[in-house]
Amino acid sequence: MTEMGGATPARRRRQEPLIPDGPVRASADVCQAAGCLSMQSDAVFESLCERVTACGLTDVAVRRVGCLGLCAAGPLVAVPERERLFDHVTAGDDASLDAVVTALSGGEGGRPIASDPFFSHQVKVVLEHCGRIDPERVEDYVAAGGYEALTKVVTTMTPAEVLAEVTHSGLRGRGGAGYPTGLKWTTVAKADSADGKYVVCNGDEGDPGAFMDRSVLESSPQQVLEGMAIAGYAVGASHGYVYVRAEYPLAVKRLTTAIRQAERAGLLGQRVADSSFSFEVQLRIGAGAFVCGEETALIASIEGGRGTPRPRPPYPAASGLWGKPTLINNVETFSSVAAIINRGAAWYQAIGTGRSRGTKVFALAGSVVNTGLIEVPLGLSLREIVFDIGGGLPGGGRFKAVQTGGPSGGCMPEELLDMPVSYESLAEAGSIMGSGGMIVMDQGTCMVDVAKFFMDFCREESCGKCVPCRVGTTQMHGLLDRITRGLASREDLAELEDLAGMVRETSLCGLGQGAPNPVFSTLRYFRDEYLAHIDDRVCPAGVCKIEPAEAVAPVAEASR
Amino acid sequence: MSVLTLVIEGQDVAGPAGRTILQVARENGVAIPTLCHLEGLSDVGACRLCMVEVEGQRKLLPACVTTIEEGMQVTVNSDRLTAYRRRIVELLFTERNHVCSVCVADRNCELQDLSVEFGVTHFDLPQLHPKATVDATHERFGIDHNRCILCTRCVRVCDEVEGAHTWDVMGRGTEARIITDLGTPWGQSATCTSCGKCVQVCPTGALFEKGRSVGEARRRRPYLPYLVAREGRAR
Repeated sequence: MTEMGGATPARRRRQEPLIPDGPVRASADVCQAAGCLSMQSDAVFESLCERVTACGLTDVAVRRVGCLGLCAAGPLVAVPERERLFDHVTAGDDASLDAVVTALSGGEGGRPIASDPFFSHQVKVVLEHCGRIDPERVEDYVAAGGYEALTKVVTTMTPAEVLAEVTHSGLRGRGGAGYPTGLKWTTVAKADSADGKYVVCNGDEGDPGAFMDRSVLESSPQQVLEGMAIAGYAVGASHGYVYVRAEYPLAVKRLTTAIRQAERAGLLGQRVADSSFSFEVQLRIGAGAFVCGEETALIASIEGGRGTPRPRPPYPAASGLWGKPTLINNVETFSSVAAIINRGAAWYQAIGTGRSRGTKVFALAGSVVNTGLIEVPLGLSLREIVFDIGGGLPGGGRFKAVQTGGPSGGCMPEELLDMPVSYESLAEAGSIMGSGGMIVMDQGTCMVDVAKFFMDFCREESCGKCVPCRVGTTQMHGLLDRITRGLASREDLAELEDLAGMVRETSLCGLGQGAPNPVFSTLRYFRDEYLAHIDDRVCPAGVCKIEPAEAVAPVAEASR
Repeated sequence: MSVLTLVIEGQDVAGPAGRTILQVARENGVAIPTLCHLEGLSDVGACRLCMVEVEGQRKLLPACVTTIEEGMQVTVNSDRLTAYRRRIVELLFTERNHVCSVCVADRNCELQDLSVEFGVTHFDLPQLHPKATVDATHERFGIDHNRCILCTRCVRVCDEVEGAHTWDVMGRGTEARIITDLGTPWGQSATCTSCGKCVQVCPTGALFEKGRSVGEARRRRPYLPYLVAREGRAR
């Protein structure tokens, strides 16, 4: 190997945020969540630091923060003191950097946050700290009021009081099924266990188009840990696991940092906040199986086994991780807890509608102007979410449907746009709340093709344990494929509906039971599209490739 | 232990707490079809043939893993359940390449018995025709994945009774396969004791003894000290 000339380039260290010693007049908060990072927002951060130093602005901070929400317009920089947001800021674009520096020094520019409908319709509870703190600095979280709830809980409240508070808040599981959180916590708290209980955080987010948990874990990991610790205190557990999928390396990195920093600060681990309560959190990384988001499969995976679900009961609350009572909640559920403790159950209960209280985070994706992460009070209508917050469809596209609930959810047509979003209304409309993915579709989308896409997903992600899901989803996908190719008959459609009903009723876990949902909901609202493929051999949206007429031949009846 | 009373198929029955619907039903002469269940092994609730209706329950419940409760009203046979069971048998037949006429287990096959029971004389769904292999590297036994229905009886008997845990499952969905020792050929398995229990518990012709021709597989379940196969089904 030849000797390299000059000094060997040292590995560059992570540039520290620029924080002045004295009072801060204004700060530039650069989004460092996965979306903006993929557009080199780390370079934006460094360029801004250089520029601010070069301009001699000594009372101005440049910080890294989590997700600022408006992912479609990244890289994003916020100047919270001026309530301004700068979009499409790039390191190579001097004008965009100058605009930020001008605002920092007191000038105008950028888009106003307060009057922007994308922000003004939102209520931030889970996302309270997202985009406001540096996710890799526990000091930032504590300065923003973090760990006050945990300290309050372990020093002034009994576990029963915590359980009552969470129960009264009306919080329901944000992973999708909406099981009352207080009831789940109380069940685990009541379970007898001489040798320990566990708290597990489900961060195995896998629905296509969903990135809520990812953003929360990347933007405010301490908030999740605080919620878990409060849960641990309430149910009597001293060990917790966070299960995050391996496809989220940034979330894994920030969680690892967060756990280390919180332990060092005495906020996790032995004697939390100098009390007698101890709570240790370990990280477990998934290996790419969607089904591991199902709680019993997740438990099997943490235990080191093959990630397959088992029949319930017994529920994890009675017999979970290593046979011990286990509390499993989603990332978002845990993230709501600290705010409920801080501001009280009545405050949380006052937000929302009917039996769906509080706020819900949605990942807006698909054919919508403001792709991004939003948090809204439950009860807001789909129209407000898609058109007011989402800004409608780009390029004058016409709305066709919005898909919620991922592969177990459904597609809602234009007629339902004024429906308030709640667990009950979505279920009634043939979809589910799900974890919070919301995909907007325009007229150029073929609904049969959408159903086929989700069926293909379920077919591939089925663990293979139970027969209806393993073979049923494969056969349904085959039938949908025949329809999209113009090869199907009315009998095939009847067969599809029959099979879908059977798979829903007989599958072992939620993956199989929910897999027929996209088929049912598209048949319910867009049956004419199915019939156009079958009777007229036409794809109304012009998406599907219809096979030439000579390919159409009756299926030869198979015999064994 | 407390004794619970319940109604299965209109018949008043009783059983000790902790027993499953399947156990109590069979004790009282009520037949419930099964494939993945085998007495003496743990239950996994995977084949879904034993799904029953329980009054007051929105969902169907697998009889093999659902424990009895006082006052339970269980329906074992209904048009809906029969249709679902018939469909499960059909799905299993279409999944892999089952050709009874050349199978070692012909007339000795639980899947075949079920197809007779539910009158599966033809398939409405197309065959998937997957590419499946045969592992004949073991001295005495072979596995033909074309006939495997992934009931995992072999996995459980090897783990729970023999204690070797040679068998396990690899892959997902219809790509799932039963494997020996992290996917190495059976003949090279370091853990296999060649006890043959897996072959004896296989409901189809997937696991077989070498040297047997069509229809010559005779399961000798009574030889297994810890397993009592159901009479009639095992033959």
